Amino acid sequence: MPERTDAPAPIPMTDPRVTRAVELVWREAELLDRKDYVTWNELFTDDGLYVIPVDPTGDDFADTLNMVYDDARMRRMRVTRMTEGYAIAAVDAARTVRTVSRFVPQSASDEEVVLRSAQILIAYKRGNHDIWAGEVLHRIRLSPEGPGGDRITRKVVRLVDSEEAVPAAGFLL
Amino acid sequence: MTDTFHDRSPADLVAEDHVAGRLYTDPGIFEQEIAMIFERTWVWVAHESELPAAGSFKSTHVGRQPVIVTRDRRGALHTLLNRCRHRGASVCEKPQGLANGFTCPYHAWSYGLDGTLRGIPYPDGYEGVVDKGDLSLRKLRTESYGGMVFATFDDDVEPLEDFLGDARLWIDRFMKQGGGYPIKVLGRHRFKFRGNWKIQLENTTDGYHFPIVHRSWMASVDPETADMMSFMTDPAAVTHALGNGHSVMQMVPEHSDLDADDGTEPLQSRFDPLVRELSRTLDPTRVRRLIRAMHGTGFNLNLFPNVSMSAAFFRVLRPISVDETWIEHIAIGVDGPPGVEAVNRERLRIHEHFQGPFGFGTPDDAEGWDRVQRGARGAPEMPILINRGLARETTGPDGRPTSHVTDETGMRAAYAKWKEMMSDA
Ligand code: FES
Ligand SMILES: [Fe+2]
Repeated sequence: MPERTDAPAPIPMTDPRVTRAVELVWREAELLDRKDYVTWNELFTDDGLYVIPVDPTGDDFADTLNMVYDDARMRRMRVTRMTEGYAIAAVDAARTVRTVSRFVPQSASDEEVVLRSAQILIAYKRGNHDIWAGEVLHRIRLSPEGPGGDRITRKVVRLVDSEEAVPAAGFLL
Repeated sequence: MTDTFHDRSPADLVAEDHVAGRLYTDPGIFEQEIAMIFERTWVWVAHESELPAAGSFKSTHVGRQPVIVTRDRRGALHTLLNRCRHRGASVCEKPQGLANGFTCPYHAWSYGLDGTLRGIPYPDGYEGVVDKGDLSLRKLRTESYGGMVFATFDDDVEPLEDFLGDARLWIDRFMKQGGGYPIKVLGRHRFKFRGNWKIQLENTTDGYHFPIVHRSWMASVDPETADMMSFMTDPAAVTHALGNGHSVMQMVPEHSDLDADDGTEPLQSRFDPLVRELSRTLDPTRVRRLIRAMHGTGFNLNLFPNVSMSAAFFRVLRPISVDETWIEHIAIGVDGPPGVEAVNRERLRIHEHFQGPFGFGTPDDAEGWDRVQRGARGAPEMPILINRGLARETTGPDGRPTSHVTDETGMRAAYAKWKEMMSDA
C-alpha cells in the first residue's frame, strides 16, 4: 500500500516540527547537489532506508526490484563508490541542481515528522540537460537535543518515469 | 586520389579484425539495419513467465515497431503489431497486464487476443467496403525455445530452432539456474544511453573491460564474489562462437553447467543466513543447487541481435536511433514453492547491486559507451579494433573459433553476421 495521501486534518507548514523537517530536507538536497556524500550519509539513522523503487505504487521494497534499496551497509558502500575515484560514472558525473517543494506534512509528532514533497532535478552533462522529477517521502526522527540531531529514517524517491528508461546516473536523487 | 570511403557499402565497412567507426554514427546505416536486421531476423520479445495466463499480454518493440505479445485462450502466443487497422492508433499502451482483447480508443474497433478484428461500431458505413476478415492486427511469426519467445516480420525466415542452432544447448544450461524449478522474471531495470546499439551488442561479450570499468563494483563485493569474477588470467575462461552471430562467454567455467557438481566447491559464506533459512523447508541437495546458482550461470549467452542471457538476467537492447539505445536488465528468479521466496529476495539484491541506472556497474558501463559514441565521431573511417586474441584463437570440432574470455571473438562473430545480413539484397 502506498503511504496515505488523504490525511484527515492538514498539518500547517508553520508547525515548528514541520519546519525542522523541511530544513533537513533542504540541507540534504544541497549536500547531494554538492556531492558531499559523506556528510549526506550522516543524516541517516543506522536503521535508515534509502529507496528508489521501480514500481511507483507500492512499498513492498524487499520483494520487488528497486533502482536503489539501501540499508546502512549498502549506503556506506555507495558513498565509497561515489567518492573513491574508481567509478567512471561518478568521476565524470553530471552537475545537478534540484528543488524540493510542494511539501505535504503527513504526520507530525514531537518524535517524528513524515513529509511528502515534489523534487525537480536538472542534471547537466556534455551538452545535455536531463530532467528527473519525482515524489519524495521523508520520514524524519526529531532529536530531543535539537535540530542538529534530526535524522532521516526513510527516504523514498518515486520518479514519474520510474518504469520507463531513465539515464544511468553518476549522482544520487 | 579521391576518398571513396563514404561511397563504400555498409558491408564493406566490416572486416574480420575491425569495423569502421561510421557504423556507430551514420543514420543511413542505422535505417538499413532496422530494415535488413531487425525486421528480418528473430528478435527476442518475451520470456514465457511474463505471459503466465490466458489473456496475458506485454507491450514491446521489434526494431522500432511497437508490438504486443499475447497469450490467447488456448495458450498460444502471438506477436501483434500495435497499430489499429483503421487509421493507425496504438491499441494498447499498458506495459503488461491481462485483457480479453484490445479496443482501439479512437473509433473502438476491437481485436481479439490473436489479433482478429472482432467488432466495428456502426458497421453499416463499411457495408460493401471492407471485409472484416482482412483487417486483423498484423501478426508477426512467433516461436519460442526454452521459454524464450522471439518474433519476426519475415515469414520466410528459417525456423527459430535453426536460427538458434548450437545456442540451444546454452539456453538449456542457462535455465538450470532455477535449481530444478523453472525460472521467472522478477522485475526489470530500464535505462537509456546516447550511443549506437552495437556498442551494447559488443559489450555483452567484452570480458576485457570488466576489471577496469567495474573496479568500483569489484571493490564493493565480498572477496569470494570478487574472486569468482577474476577471470582475466584464467585460461579456462573462454569465449566461443556459436554460429549466426551468437556466442557464449564463459566467465566462471565451473558454473557453465550447474548440474555438474562434484560437491567440493564451498558455498559462498555470504549466503550462510540464506542457507539456514532455506534448510527449514528444503532438503540439503536442493539448497545447494539453489545457492550455487545465486549468481546465475557462469556465462553470458549473446544472441544476435537483441538479447543476452547474462549470468542471472536478460539484457535486451532496443535501437532508438543511430545514437540512442534503450536497454532492459530483466532480473530472473526461481518459480518455486513459497520456501524459495528468500532466494528471489537475495537475487533481487544482487541484481540491484550491479544493474540498473543506479547500480554499482551499469552507470560505469554507460559512461564507457557514451565515450565510444562521442569519440567515434572523430575520423569515421578509422577502424574500431575487434582483433584482440585473433592470433590465439583455436578452431573447435564445430569449425568455430574459441579464444580467451577477454578476447573479441564474440564481437567478430556478431559482426560477421551483421555483414552477412547487411549484404543480402
Ligand atoms: S484508428 Fe482505431 S478505430 Fe479508428
Ligand atoms: Fe560492463
